Amino acid sequence: MSFHREEPKDFAFSTENLAKAKSIVAKYPEGKSRSAVMPLLDLAQRQIGGWLPRIAMDYVAQYLGLDPIKVYEVANFYTMYNKKPVGENHVQVCTNLPCWLRGSDQVVSACKKTLGIGIGETTQDGKFTLSEVECAGACVNAPVAAINDDYFEDLDEASITRVLEAIKKGEKPKLGPQNGRMNSAPIGGPTTLKGEG
Amino acid sequence: MLTDKDRIFTNLYGQHDFGLKGAKSRGDWDATKEILAKGRDWIINEIKTSGLRGRGGAGFSTGMKWSFMPKEVGSRPHFLVVNADEGEPGTCKDREILRHDPHKLVEGCLIAGFAVQAHAAYIYVRGEFYNEALHLQAAIDQAREAGLIGKNACGSGWDFEVYVHRGMGAYVCGEESALIESLEGKKGQPRLKPPFPAGIGLYGCPTTVNNVESIAVVPTIARRGAAWFSSFGRPNNAGTKLFCISGHVNKPCNVEESMSIPLRELIEKHAGGVRGGWDNLLGVIPGGSSVPVLTKDICDNVLMDFDALREVRSGLGTAAVIVMDKSTDIVKAIARLSYFYKHESCGQCTPCREGTGWMWRMMERMVTGEAELEEIDMLDEVTRQVEGHTICALGDAAAWPIQGLIRSFRPEMERRILARRSARL
Repeated sequence: MSFHREEPKDFAFSTENLAKAKSIVAKYPEGKSRSAVMPLLDLAQRQIGGWLPRIAMDYVAQYLGLDPIKVYEVANFYTMYNKKPVGENHVQVCTNLPCWLRGSDQVVSACKKTLGIGIGETTQDGKFTLSEVECAGACVNAPVAAINDDYFEDLDEASITRVLEAIKKGEKPKLGPQNGRMNSAPIGGPTTLKGEG
Repeated sequence: MLTDKDRIFTNLYGQHDFGLKGAKSRGDWDATKEILAKGRDWIINEIKTSGLRGRGGAGFSTGMKWSFMPKEVGSRPHFLVVNADEGEPGTCKDREILRHDPHKLVEGCLIAGFAVQAHAAYIYVRGEFYNEALHLQAAIDQAREAGLIGKNACGSGWDFEVYVHRGMGAYVCGEESALIESLEGKKGQPRLKPPFPAGIGLYGCPTTVNNVESIAVVPTIARRGAAWFSSFGRPNNAGTKLFCISGHVNKPCNVEESMSIPLRELIEKHAGGVRGGWDNLLGVIPGGSSVPVLTKDICDNVLMDFDALREVRSGLGTAAVIVMDKSTDIVKAIARLSYFYKHESCGQCTPCREGTGWMWRMMERMVTGEAELEEIDMLDEVTRQVEGHTICALGDAAAWPIQGLIRSFRPEMERRILARRSARL
């Protein structure tokens, strides 16, 4: 694919993120700032737009006074750090067992069709990347896809297509269940907690 | 039968305000100071006698775990760590607590933290739960502003802070010592035990690690009493429990029910029954992906609790019920789980690192029948060479679903191999 973004030449936290970084480090006991490495890498990834070039890892290492290797180890161990650029919308379809039982294969193929890309690929305009992920932890609302930080649930071919088309148009589709149910209550209404709260 | 007045999670579906005002109207933060005033021995004893067993899967007595912490605080501070790294396929209960009832968790942290003499709690939330973590953080901020946590929490004289730490995508961090490593800013690779976290945990300090649901039920148990909680479920399996019912049911859902509820009743009462009717049931994974699948004849009568499910060689685990009807390719279903464990193995122990990949590749051949009959036994033997030979339970978790498949669905595996063979000839 022709989508390509240059590795940035330098990286530093923005003024706003410097303040955030300071408050993140303050959450941990004195002398334990290494604990902040994960949230700081996440902060850097968000600032860059969804991925983590090595220069950002080096920056975080320097910020925390760590050997760079200790930061690389962390960045490579956890799947949510993207070592390659991703599109503006990172579509992550869960295909684990509970989602598969309820049709995640159809959701994946609808994504491929609507976006015109395969798993692990990014659209030419850089708007979408498609990934398969392991259990998203919303199994009673399967099948599930996360797009960036947001969950879209109870999907089928039609609803994921609708969601993706809306995003293409710059709209913000409704999060959560796409079949009208209330969160994780049974469709048609809960069997418990029906009284006033 | 459990009625709404005995349900703990009354905002399970997010029908109401998750914030402090809503939480207080549901009874949270009611006279927390008086609970703390009864003292840590009273709290620990109450949780012990309530019979609460850890809701993260292992089912160890929560009160007992707390009592393993040093009685006196030495030079090292104590910590409470809450495991919100929910990622066991099928499981999605802690998510509801984080986003709809976060104050139950924050209040539970204070009571549990006070009981184990910790001044700080870290809640490790899986990274994908970004919006859920925002709700939790909002609840923490509200509680702090209202003086419920922070300096002199609830006017108790005890200083207590609660922090959110987000994971970044690693199932193995749900294992408590891997979680601690991750919280320290390292790769999430489990530690050898002993020493246990109660002796040497976070930053080398005494630490208690509990699941979200275990901590979130603590305030209600403290208010309504151990006897109330233990009045639900069979002896040794006390309490109410969040169940997640997914897969081939008409109405997948989360629901709070009494422990020891019959599996069939749980599915038919709350999840609209099995797709195509009860007789269309093939099997159920009753406690999250790690536990062996049950065949229909067992599902007909089995009770949903720790002991009953252990007796049928499966487990309650996280009480995540994955239902599969007769349309399911059961070998492919278990192979999918094998892929998951291969993907999530942290790579530290050889039997797991190599074994999960080996088992998955073998399972893929079992799906198509491209195997020999004797390889079924070989596969079973390899699962036993992985099981019990690794630092953490991920190796066991990868082995058990395959063992369950071979035990319960061997004829189907053999049928495929024979069909493939006769097609070849």
